[in-house]
Amino acid sequence: MSNIPQLLVHDHEDNVGVVVVEGLAAGTEMLCVVTHDNSSFKLVANEDVPIGHKIALKDIAEGDTAIKYGEDIGKFVGSVKQGCHVHTQNLKTKRW
Amino acid sequence: MSDKIMAYRRDNDRVGVRNHVIILPVDDISNAACESVANNIKGTMALPHAYGRLQFGEDLDLHFRTMIGTGANPNVAAVVVIGIEPSWTKKIADGIAETGKPVAAFSIEQNGDLETVRAASWKAKEFVHYASELQREECDMSELWISTKCGESDTTTGLGSCPTVGNMYDKLIPQGIYGCFGETSEITGAEHICKARAADEETGERWYKMWNAYQDDVIFAHQTDDLSDSQPTKGNIEGGLTTIEEKALGNLEKIGRECKYIDILEPAEAPQKGKGLYFMDSSSAAAECVTLMAAGGYVIHTFPTGQGNVVGNPIVPVIKITANPRTVRTMSEHVDVDVTGILTREKTIDEAGDDLIEMIRRTANGRNTAAEALGHREFSMTKLYRSA
Repeated sequence: MSNIPQLLVHDHEDNVGVVVVEGLAAGTEMLCVVTHDNSSFKLVANEDVPIGHKIALKDIAEGDTAIKYGEDIGKFVGSVKQGCHVHTQNLKTKRW
Repeated sequence: MSDKIMAYRRDNDRVGVRNHVIILPVDDISNAACESVANNIKGTMALPHAYGRLQFGEDLDLHFRTMIGTGANPNVAAVVVIGIEPSWTKKIADGIAETGKPVAAFSIEQNGDLETVRAASWKAKEFVHYASELQREECDMSELWISTKCGESDTTTGLGSCPTVGNMYDKLIPQGIYGCFGETSEITGAEHICKARAADEETGERWYKMWNAYQDDVIFAHQTDDLSDSQPTKGNIEGGLTTIEEKALGNLEKIGRECKYIDILEPAEAPQKGKGLYFMDSSSAAAECVTLMAAGGYVIHTFPTGQGNVVGNPIVPVIKITANPRTVRTMSEHVDVDVTGILTREKTIDEAGDDLIEMIRRTANGRNTAAEALGHREFSMTKLYRSA
């Protein structure tokens, strides 16, 4: 089971990844896989994050753009520390 | 993989994978008569809906197109049409009859429900005998028209189930199938990518114009503060999707890496430019979108879901694909193709695409989908504006 990733990242340019296991607990050292080329890295989760939800891959400042699929998916409306939960509390669309 | 299927070849040479006899109401007040006929004659199915009175203009055109397209779909063997008055009823029956399939029209005024149901039941019984003697014959997979729309999406749809559909299209579109994607409002955030996936610049420009008109005429004309309560939906947000841009990028994974769309269809419009991939201007609401694509003539629908949308359609089998292990664990009765292996890296997108193609082949041959077995028959008309 040790080679099953906890976090998937679409693209190397992305600054967020997706939790793909249930019950991820704070403190877990996650195996993270970039689906674009199957490369991997390790990252510690700093919060309990539900399956399907995003985690910041690095420290992010308010006003920064969130990148996923190598594309702009919205603006951060709050700062986020590496390994922490990214969702509606700190990320918002630029469209409406 | 065998590229042959056993299916129903209709008089107009289209290939159907189901053999329904439907009782089609022209309008909401004819639902009761249609349901009585379907209750009398086993092997028929009524398709009740909410509209059909005092519509006008483009909205009325869409109503007729959806009614006629549903009856004309190759998954339908024969149709009984019932309306309150004879004129619109005949218009719909005549439109369906152009396919060459048996159609009969009945109207209620000056007959009443009871007399209408009596006469229509005799005809429906005749149609059931006719349809039940039709035989499946060998057809080619490439003759299928396969549509797609995702629902209750989450981040796993963009990672797993949508790319699985995209891989299927990358493999089957070159073989000659007709494909269809849509969901105009859910391309927002990925419109630059969608525009670039048109077969030529002119088609891309037409697509962009259509998308922009939708933004102006529908979204910005009717929004109260913003759309954040509807797009993404509460289910999407629960599943981890935060913004419409993120949702759109995942959504667009359904058209794969290679396919280019060759034309843009009005809602419920049948393709006119031959084999290939089409974009249909459509709502992103699951039942409405699947109903429109079925009326456009598509015979199998591939439906990626993350959080577990349970939608079905009365005449088109809807194949559910999910990559979310929680959804497989908690609601497996709704899942036809489990691609959770993509998330655990035990399955490639290419292998998942082959799994989906195999399920399409089995479904075309007659396997009932989860939605069919569970009785999901959502028939939801799209309405453009208020009636007169």
